[in-house]
Amino acid sequence: MTTHTKHAEPEDAELIDALKQRDEAAFVRLVQRYQGPLLRLALVYARSRAVAEEVVQETWLGVLEGIERFEHRSSFKTWLFRILVNRARTRGEREGRTIPFSALGDAALDPAEPAVAPERFLGPTHPQWPLHWAVPPKSWGASPEEQLLTRETLELVEHAIAALPPAWREVITLRDVEGWTADEVCNVLGISETNQRVLLHRARSRVRGALERHFDAD
Amino acid sequence: MPNAEQLTCKELVELVTDYLEGALPLPDRTRFDEHLTTCPYCRIYLDQMRQTIRTLGHLPDEAIPPKALEALLAHFRGWR
Repeated sequence: MTTHTKHAEPEDAELIDALKQRDEAAFVRLVQRYQGPLLRLALVYARSRAVAEEVVQETWLGVLEGIERFEHRSSFKTWLFRILVNRARTRGEREGRTIPFSALGDAALDPAEPAVAPERFLGPTHPQWPLHWAVPPKSWGASPEEQLLTRETLELVEHAIAALPPAWREVITLRDVEGWTADEVCNVLGISETNQRVLLHRARSRVRGALERHFDAD
Repeated sequence: MPNAEQLTCKELVELVTDYLEGALPLPDRTRFDEHLTTCPYCRIYLDQMRQTIRTLGHLPDEAIPPKALEALLAHFRGWR
């Protein structure tokens, strides 16, 4: 339950009811609320930014077509993003490309990538500390927010995400960039909880590695 | 000298996400916590994962290009 403050944003449900009454302001609010996240996810599938923007536009047209039939049984957010994922998939098929969907790519079948390079640990036969750190991580500082949230660092993180395999990128985008719950992500992407966690783990581990290389180089 | 019951650092880094997601069975969670109390490097590693997640949550969304919004509004008015 969201606590309403004086300037609280209206809940999705209120906006949906208004949209069903053909309220333009409600539509604009919804677009403003979700356009950025939709574009961010569309970019995972599209081969260009122009295509991603088109898929997002199509998604909103899909919303207008389907809103009468939308019941509040599922959340608007997951319904909206499922439209986007379906459009992106259909489009990929039409263009004769296979889009790697995490629903199809079982994380367990991917070649395992260790979270940390194996050479950073001592060997299994080390007399005192087998498989403990040989090259341990260095602290990023007691209050690293300042350097973590610089434009430079945020750009580095954007690039690190963009370089991830699409199935990893879908999950980390929705979970960590957009702040969704695991349930919501599983629901929209059609993947199991376990698969979701494996993909999230690999994605986060890679991004941490990119940040570490960045800070260690300084 | 660590005994076989204890987690190694190499194992811990692969369990970090399950730990943060609350998905570790209790015995594993206990072993994880025990390892952290004795291993400053793994505490740093866990901190870095948390900092990574927090940073990801700060990536800015892009603004809507005015043209895209106009096109949507044109559709909306046609639909209405």
